[in-house]
Amino acid sequence: MDPQAAKMIGAGIACIGMGGAGVGVGTIFGHYLAAAVRNPSAAQGQFANLIFGFAVTEALGIFSLLIALLLLFAL
Amino acid sequence: MDPIHQFQIKNLFPIARVGGVEIAFTNSTVFMLLSLAIILLFVVGGTSRRALVPGRLQSMAEVSYEFVSDTLRSTAGPEGMKFFPLVFSIFMFILVLNVIGIIPYTFSVTSHIIITVAFALLVFFTVIIYGFWKNGLRFLKLFVPSGIPIYILPLVSFIEVMSFLSRPVSHSVRLFANMLAGHITLKVFGGFVTMLGALGFLGWLGALVPLGFTVALTALELLVAFLQAYVFAILTCIYLNDAIHPGH
Repeated sequence: MDPQAAKMIGAGIACIGMGGAGVGVGTIFGHYLAAAVRNPSAAQGQFANLIFGFAVTEALGIFSLLIALLLLFAL
Repeated sequence: MDPIHQFQIKNLFPIARVGGVEIAFTNSTVFMLLSLAIILLFVVGGTSRRALVPGRLQSMAEVSYEFVSDTLRSTAGPEGMKFFPLVFSIFMFILVLNVIGIIPYTFSVTSHIIITVAFALLVFFTVIIYGFWKNGLRFLKLFVPSGIPIYILPLVSFIEVMSFLSRPVSHSVRLFANMLAGHITLKVFGGFVTMLGALGFLGWLGALVPLGFTVALTALELLVAFLQAYVFAILTCIYLNDAIHPGH
């Protein structure tokens, strides 16, 4: 196979990993919203935890995006 | 129309050469100095009058102070306030750099991994040095969670150590990759506008769609710019909390 084509395919496959991060971020915000609707007075106190969980989950998706960018532009 | 071209660092004029490494005044330096000037004007200008009833600038400066100090107090406790200057500087610097980067024809400094790695390593070594200085060897309790059965403790400690060591990587890559990906997306959609616009009248009508997307994405990028600065600051607070209160 042409190495350039293999790189492009690899970048595409690497982006699949971002789907998992999408599921995770959706779960975090969905559960936060569900809990906030049940008990709005406690919602403000958990905002920092929400952002922390979002950041940790998002980082994993960003790693796969980084692999794709490296394959496309750097390697 | 290379979407990566916008991140190129240009030497404006050379300053010195140290052992084969060129030190130059680059466009990155320009925007860092510019953001420093903006922050100085904002904070010094906001606090110079110290009115009892704050004006616009003063109340903005007060809001930013309260925002960062509330975050720091709620995650690292009252002892964390001695790190307030560090967290506030990091938050304001990254926020201003991110927001400046959205303006067309500017350069976004935080989309370079060398900058974000420098911030992340600063926080990482601050945590290690302060943790050992304050707690001595008790700082290592961070890697030994209490209430774990002894036969899986080595495995858990190993995972804790690995996750501690990978912190600067995820801390820096998150900010860098978010900025990079956002700017590449904007550039790609801007490329669609020019490509369709070159097709004539019907192309002009079609180009309105990606143009609208570009405007919407710019608004999203503004949110991301603030959110990533906040995430960077809150993770700094959480890591500092480990140095102040080790042990789970």
